[in-house]
Amino acid sequence: MNVMSRIVPQPIIPLGPADGAPAPGLEAVAITKRFGAFTALDAVSLKLRPGTVHALLGENGAGKSTLVKCIMGFYRPDEGAVVVGDREVVIGDPRAAQTHGLGMVYQHFTLVPRMTVLENLVMARASVPAVIDWRAERRRLAAFLDTMPFTVDVDAPVATLAAGDKQKAEIVKQLYLDARVLILDEPTSVLTPDEADEMLGLIRGMALAGRLSVLIITHKFREVMAFADDVTVLRRGRLAGSGAVADHTPDSLARLMIGDSSTAVPVERRGPPGTAARLRIAGLRADDDGGLPALHGVDLTVRMGEIVGVAGVSGNGQVELVQVLAGQRAATAGSVSIGDEPYRATREEMRRHKVHCLPEEPLRNACVPGMSVAENMAFRSFDEPPIARGRWWLDPAAMRRAALDLIARYRVKTTGPDAPIATLSGGNVQRAVLARELSREVDVLIAANPVFGLDFAAVADIHAQIVEARNRGTAVLLVSEDLDELLELSDRLVVMSHGAIVHETTPAAADLTVIGRCMAGH
Amino acid sequence: MRPFLHGAVTRLSATLSAPLSALALPVAAVAVSLALFGAFVALVGVDPVEMYQLMYRGAFGTWFSWQNTLTRAAPLILTALCTALPAQLGLVIIGGEGALVLGALAAAAAGMALNGAPAALVLPAMALAGMAGGALLIGGAGALRQWRGVNETISSLLLTYIAIAVLNHMVEGPLKDPSSLNKPSTPPLADAYMIGTLPGSSVHWGLVAGIVCAVAAWVLMRRTTFGFAARMVGGNPRAARMAGLPVGRLLVVTTALAGAAAGLAGMVEVAAVHGRASASLVAGYGSTGILVAFLARQNPLAVIPVAVLFGGIGASGGLLQRRLDLPDASVLVLQGIIFVVLLASEAMRGRLHLFTFARPTATPATKEA
Repeated sequence: MNVMSRIVPQPIIPLGPADGAPAPGLEAVAITKRFGAFTALDAVSLKLRPGTVHALLGENGAGKSTLVKCIMGFYRPDEGAVVVGDREVVIGDPRAAQTHGLGMVYQHFTLVPRMTVLENLVMARASVPAVIDWRAERRRLAAFLDTMPFTVDVDAPVATLAAGDKQKAEIVKQLYLDARVLILDEPTSVLTPDEADEMLGLIRGMALAGRLSVLIITHKFREVMAFADDVTVLRRGRLAGSGAVADHTPDSLARLMIGDSSTAVPVERRGPPGTAARLRIAGLRADDDGGLPALHGVDLTVRMGEIVGVAGVSGNGQVELVQVLAGQRAATAGSVSIGDEPYRATREEMRRHKVHCLPEEPLRNACVPGMSVAENMAFRSFDEPPIARGRWWLDPAAMRRAALDLIARYRVKTTGPDAPIATLSGGNVQRAVLARELSREVDVLIAANPVFGLDFAAVADIHAQIVEARNRGTAVLLVSEDLDELLELSDRLVVMSHGAIVHETTPAAADLTVIGRCMAGH
Repeated sequence: MRPFLHGAVTRLSATLSAPLSALALPVAAVAVSLALFGAFVALVGVDPVEMYQLMYRGAFGTWFSWQNTLTRAAPLILTALCTALPAQLGLVIIGGEGALVLGALAAAAAGMALNGAPAALVLPAMALAGMAGGALLIGGAGALRQWRGVNETISSLLLTYIAIAVLNHMVEGPLKDPSSLNKPSTPPLADAYMIGTLPGSSVHWGLVAGIVCAVAAWVLMRRTTFGFAARMVGGNPRAARMAGLPVGRLLVVTTALAGAAAGLAGMVEVAAVHGRASASLVAGYGSTGILVAFLARQNPLAVIPVAVLFGGIGASGGLLQRRLDLPDASVLVLQGIIFVVLLASEAMRGRLHLFTFARPTATPATKEA
């Protein structure tokens, strides 16, 4: 049965090779990479056939990024070889990767926001002339874009582009730099489902035309099943399995990915939400970083034992709302109260009302990268017993003990409590923050995209923790760009647009057309 | 305090390797600077080997030179803390000179006002006044940063000029001793109000004050909840706010403490060395303190040996002048070279990493053992 033809949502645009030779294949042969005593990759091989899309699957810390970094020349593998086309190549640094026709598109955008697409593309070239003939450059780029199955406004500043268009511009940049083998690191994590499908469809079209060979790192089985020809699965630095996607089902891939380890059982929401309002937001206004109004009077109530989901296209004030509630941004008007008391996000109030946060990008928003895992885990508790003695004295041994306990309970993978938290993988940083925020009594939980960029076992785990907190009576405000996540977890769903709540519904009664229209701002 | 000690011991082995690797770069920077300075003096016809022998003798060679060195190290420890403490919060404060000057002036004024009272009352009052003067200046830079968004590096530098102008105005005007004609200054302190020397030496008690302050600063930053909160702010203000920490208060209190340290240096200079406040207080201890703090990598404990090193460099200047006919200021050239090389070495940090990249297993493996 051809899975592809059933799921692919739009027609594939066939394209002839733009300039003669078809795209080469890429092979990683028995790559081993060690960091000190830790073996991150153990003789992992991967074969990307010419003109195909190959998915690289694996949990956080499975070694996907390490493998790609070895291929791209960021790391030098201890053993093994990289073959491009039919020649073994030694890639000492990322620039060498470019000369071999390898291009990489990162999860986060790397274009300069204030420059136009044209400027970004010209500046990215290996040799930029001292004086640039912009008219000629634009002509050349326009001619190049004519061979593309999609267009990008080359004169728009990158900052003004939607996420999907930015991602396209990143891809155009790599192709413009003559990349024939494209590596995409979770390319759809910042895109809406429609944008993701469109982008992957285009990539696949170009691969089918022999113009590109594509390696995609992803967490999403749906994308693997719909858009990839082959798949390689890593688990704990070893090859867990590989083969044609057609020979696999999502279930078989999941089994390869998580192995025999048990994953948390999804926790059901138990009982109706409470009736007592816990978190009350009234007429809240705040400015964004540029000093422009971002919140235009937000009114919202979260009751005890209730998860209120906030949906919306990113950039409609969700970030500012979370920052005000987390104490990271000052409100310009309106009020936030917990119970019947006003709440200004001081440490004392956070402690008294048991307010905790799971912000997005935890390393950036909730951790001090240079401090140790133990210290980062003590951010909520360092000034109370047992870590603090007599309010002033720190007891590092108690801090370490508390951290060891949390590391074990929340299965944080680290070399130890004294390792700087920046040395942990993204999922484990998230787990460490989760351990810190949820291991204590929680009455109010503010969560923003808590599973962004995490693999599927971690997602299930974190979702279970959030629902369990709700079942214990926690009032949860869940801000997410993933509508499925919100529909799955929320008791009540509101839509935010242009800095205000514009729609409220329950997941059971949700009308996706209405929600979509509200999100789009109509 | 048992768990406190226990914790210190268990962490000792784990944390020992980090300072060792942190030591390598500053030591290398000083070595390169010594080579450059040697080449410099060779250009003016002086034998570098002979010069370094003399420098060593002038700094650490005899008990006399040791006393000279330690006397100079005392204010350097305190002014270095003025830079090292705010650095824990990610601030770059370079106003130690101004805080020293204002602290000295305040201490001298307190001594004048309380003239006649018992020394047990006057000396603490002078110390408090000196610390308050310094705290006002650097705490002011911290407050400007927190509530008006003024860059603390620039404001602390400019406030230094204001502090020096205030000193000059006061010693030439309201606080002037009519008998100080050539060199305007405040009236001399009574001998009873002078800080004595350590038994059997000419080193004054300011050295003890400096060491106590440095140790206290280390304990504050590493072993108290206040220091933990300050390091959170320094590492990531966003995370500190999410933890509900009063970022503004931490910032202003820490900068005020830093200023108080340099202000205490000013009090010590008045009550142990000069005996009065005058323009000669502007002797560069504040600016050398910045260098000491950077070479100590902003670690309050490391400040102590580095301050002794720089006290020694300063102390050797006289001998170089007498024996080699080098100008007294040539040791300032050495200090300047060290600072430039040190800043350059910080930029090298990332690149040196690249050299070790080819054999990445070598270093971590030995560390594990």
